[in-house]
Amino acid sequence: MESKKKITVAVTGLNAVDSPGPGVAVARGVRELEGYDVRIIGLSYEALEPGIYMEGIADKTYQIPYPSAGSESLMMRLEYINEQEKIDVLIPNFDAELYNFIKLSPKLKEMGINTYMPTTEQFEARDKVNLYAFCQKHGFYVPRDKTIYNVSELPAVAAHFNYPMVVKGKYYEAVVCQTLDQAQKAFHKLEAKWGLPIIVQEYISGTEINVAALGDGHGETVSAVPMRKLFITDKGKAWAGVTLEDSRLVKLAKDFIKATNWRGGFELELMVTTDGRPYFMEINPRFPAWIYLTVGAGQNQPAALVKLAMGEKVKPYETYEVGKTFIRYSWDMIIDIEQFQHFSAFGEN
Amino acid sequence: MKILTNIAVSESGYLFNPTNGDSFSSNLVATDIITLMKQNKTTDEIKKALLAKYDVEKSTIERDFDEFIQELGDNYLLSTDGK
Repeated sequence: MESKKKITVAVTGLNAVDSPGPGVAVARGVRELEGYDVRIIGLSYEALEPGIYMEGIADKTYQIPYPSAGSESLMMRLEYINEQEKIDVLIPNFDAELYNFIKLSPKLKEMGINTYMPTTEQFEARDKVNLYAFCQKHGFYVPRDKTIYNVSELPAVAAHFNYPMVVKGKYYEAVVCQTLDQAQKAFHKLEAKWGLPIIVQEYISGTEINVAALGDGHGETVSAVPMRKLFITDKGKAWAGVTLEDSRLVKLAKDFIKATNWRGGFELELMVTTDGRPYFMEINPRFPAWIYLTVGAGQNQPAALVKLAMGEKVKPYETYEVGKTFIRYSWDMIIDIEQFQHFSAFGEN
Repeated sequence: MKILTNIAVSESGYLFNPTNGDSFSSNLVATDIITLMKQNKTTDEIKKALLAKYDVEKSTIERDFDEFIQELGDNYLLSTDGK
């Protein structure tokens, strides 16, 4: 019997909560990497991230410092973890941490840790603050927006866009506001949570469609799968979704990859109007939390990313199953307090 | 007037539009109409088939059929280019 190659893959984003990080779904996909004996190392920020304790997700988890602590303290921690685990591939799954990981990627490579992330230029080009200019440049539909640093700028912006308008945090969260009072409250809430600037965006009415995709860094699309959210939580997250057959949406992802030479996974958040125009609402520079649906539909994007990171050739996927549906659920895990205490005290489990 | 070719219809009358993810439940008569439309039957052929199957006035079939076609159009289930 042919023995499988061993591979150790580290993932962040194990917070499988009501606004979930993608780590658990990414780990599930990587576990199905053909031809490899996979060991998953979880990297978590909090001791209560469910993925630390879930069966079959992470073989071992280490706590890492928050992105606000800077890249130096992250590097020190990763050096320690790598001494224990000899990581082959690392997949960061949060927007807020990506900048530090991109910055560290040459050093990580020297340590033998492969990544497959966008470049700093790619990462910044699709940032919420630059999204309008980016889409205008490449001919994509995009709602008008305005970046503001002071709440006093809101009345002028509102006069320009009219209500409803969308007030968005620097990294996460968006609030649809019908009045100036609501917009001011949203500004203060999002500023306190994510800092400045705040992005105010024109409201576009339509159907929310997302596309999860993987670019090879040379303009080629390895995979693209469109999904419609069937059930949306009050935080705007997909709790159920179904894969769609729409070649225009796949082409949109391909056009984006060709225009940017995107390297790694990403998610297009689109609003498709009743007359069929797909507006770019956001471009997330990492896999979405629903990425396991791509595995279910026949395109294992996390596993393909691992292969790309290892320098292997990956044949682009051409088909996927339409009508594949995911339904997320919540589940009360029972663990012993010692497990939690151990992770809290020692930062590993 | 034709129904989109990629619309999936189950035996239980569940419709799924794979282009936009919309799904619908249809009753027996609606399921019959959709099944016949997918077989490329003409409007007259469909109405005749319904009259033969159900104990109902022709005028009722005419009215209900037109209303149902209108509903299919409102929900983007009809082909606009013959596909």
